[in-house]
Amino acid sequence: MSEVICPDNELIEITPENLLNKVMEMKRQGLRLSQACAAVVNEKYELSYSFAQEGTYRYITLRLVIDTSVEIPSITEFYPYAFLYENEMKELFGVKIKLINLDYNDKLYRIKEETPFLKKKEEQ
Amino acid sequence: MAKVKRSPWLLHYDGSSCNGCDIEVLACLTPVYDVERFGVVNTGDPMQADILLITGGINTQNQEVVRQLYNQMPRPKVVVAVGVCACTGGVFKECYNILGGADTTIPVDIYVPGCAARPQAIIDGVVKAVELFQQRSDEHEAMIKEKRRNKKGE
Amino acid sequence: MGKRSVIPFGPQHPVLPEPIHLDLVIEDEKVIEAVPSIGFVHRGLESLVEKKDFNEMTYVVERTCGICSFMHGMGYCESLEHIMNVEVPDRGKFLRTIWCELSRMHSHLLWLGLLADAFGFESLFYQCWRMREKILDIFELTTGGRCIFSVNKIGGVLKDIEPDMMRTILSVLDDMEKEILTIKKTFLEDYTVESRLKNIGVLTKQQAHDLGCVGPFGRASGLDIDMRKRGYAAYPYIDFEPITSDIGDSYARCYVRISELFQSIDIIRQASSKMPSGDISVPVKGNPEGEYFMRVEQPRGEAIYYVKANGTKFLDRMRVRTPTFANLPGMLETLKGADLADVPLLVLTIDPCISCTER
Repeated sequence: MSEVICPDNELIEITPENLLNKVMEMKRQGLRLSQACAAVVNEKYELSYSFAQEGTYRYITLRLVIDTSVEIPSITEFYPYAFLYENEMKELFGVKIKLINLDYNDKLYRIKEETPFLKKKEEQ
Repeated sequence: MAKVKRSPWLLHYDGSSCNGCDIEVLACLTPVYDVERFGVVNTGDPMQADILLITGGINTQNQEVVRQLYNQMPRPKVVVAVGVCACTGGVFKECYNILGGADTTIPVDIYVPGCAARPQAIIDGVVKAVELFQQRSDEHEAMIKEKRRNKKGE
Repeated sequence: MGKRSVIPFGPQHPVLPEPIHLDLVIEDEKVIEAVPSIGFVHRGLESLVEKKDFNEMTYVVERTCGICSFMHGMGYCESLEHIMNVEVPDRGKFLRTIWCELSRMHSHLLWLGLLADAFGFESLFYQCWRMREKILDIFELTTGGRCIFSVNKIGGVLKDIEPDMMRTILSVLDDMEKEILTIKKTFLEDYTVESRLKNIGVLTKQQAHDLGCVGPFGRASGLDIDMRKRGYAAYPYIDFEPITSDIGDSYARCYVRISELFQSIDIIRQASSKMPSGDISVPVKGNPEGEYFMRVEQPRGEAIYYVKANGTKFLDRMRVRTPTFANLPGMLETLKGADLADVPLLVLTIDPCISCTER
């Protein structure tokens, strides 16, 4: 039987101010950005940046809860390939992200409807 | 199926399908199901295609692409909507980005149901399309002959 | 120094079964840069959580992609099972593992066929797809579906594989193993195939790590990431080692996937011998509350299912991050400096699944 490594997911709550510091910490530890996504919960954005470690299969998620008006910096400075995730957040949820290295300006999916995920919540 | 006089060429385009119908359309072209025995050939070029197999629903981005592909095909042409998404929008009908089935954008002649459409159903649809194509080309030819005759008579 | 020009590639292209568009900036015959634009298959299925309850969503999630549909359903169910503290019976776990590995084989054979088609070896393409049909026949016999079979539910699986059927599957796999050995020889030893694959699109281990590559694409560059080692379904009971290569070119990617075919056959054999008898599912009551990130290894790599539930029938958020989404930056890197004629081949080597990516 092979060795199985199944650590629990870790969740760290952060604030917009220390987002870049925390991400830099992850980068220093050699973690891989596994995914980034947004959710709209109670009219606030919940952003999750998940990092995975090779070998140990650790999975760390940075959780950022912000108001819809808050602008956050892009993490593409440290993880250039985050541009796809950030463009997605920006286009589908309307999260305000500045300084993305390759900004599609809401033209990644080129959908007609503006920020479909945010709009529907407001209607309810 | 009546005697085949022509060999129509197939063009396959993936609208916004989940791949299920696409791989079944491709599977139809491989040796096990082999629709080529009905005299059709798969092509990648819309300018030379006679039958368009379209899978998946229409969304705002691919609407123009589908319309362009349809317009690039020479007359007469036949459109087959493969799978329930191409027929009506299917399970994704309520999604914000789906306009509906292929008939929201281009005229569809044959609807093949199923999620994913089974190869047997696709073959059935293609056979019907071949027949319809035959009929349309006969009409088209007769129309051209008529036009020529009228020209000579003038 | 040649003149720079931009060549549009896609969305409708003979080599691509799916639509993706690339703007290739080329100088003479070399690609300098590739800018992707996606969105032709974007449906927005994640937004359906507002209209369909969490049980119905299982069938929507399965339709994210028709190739790895079983694993999509499984990943979603496992994340909800984790939230609701449901323990799937062992037999259900083993059945999931068997269907997973069969899906992997069908997906890899499909990819090998498309690869053969991309470098113009049509008979090899047909051979791969002929073998693949045997796996689809197994799916049809055991579940009733060929592509999308909806046998997952929260709490287990819906259909059982009888011992008779299991013996049939194993004998089909025995035959297939011999057949795959013959195509393996062509893919890995034929010099014309080698000349199209070797040293094409090299990605070093460091580059693969820096670009966040996953799955066979990353493993071909030496990244030892295999989510099956994380131990979901019945993988903790199974003995296997991730297959890696440290060369990182297209040939290595082909090698990794062919080797995984044999590995999958081995895993199915182990699973069938260790499979206990008993229930295949447990009833699930109540609504979920909480959140979980589930990671599963799909044929294309690590897929992530994020489910956030609020105690009602409708989920707050369901997110699928598919392996192609993570592999796109790696693909763009391999395209830089490639010959224009190799572009279709390189796009194929990540095994792109666009409908997964755009959802």
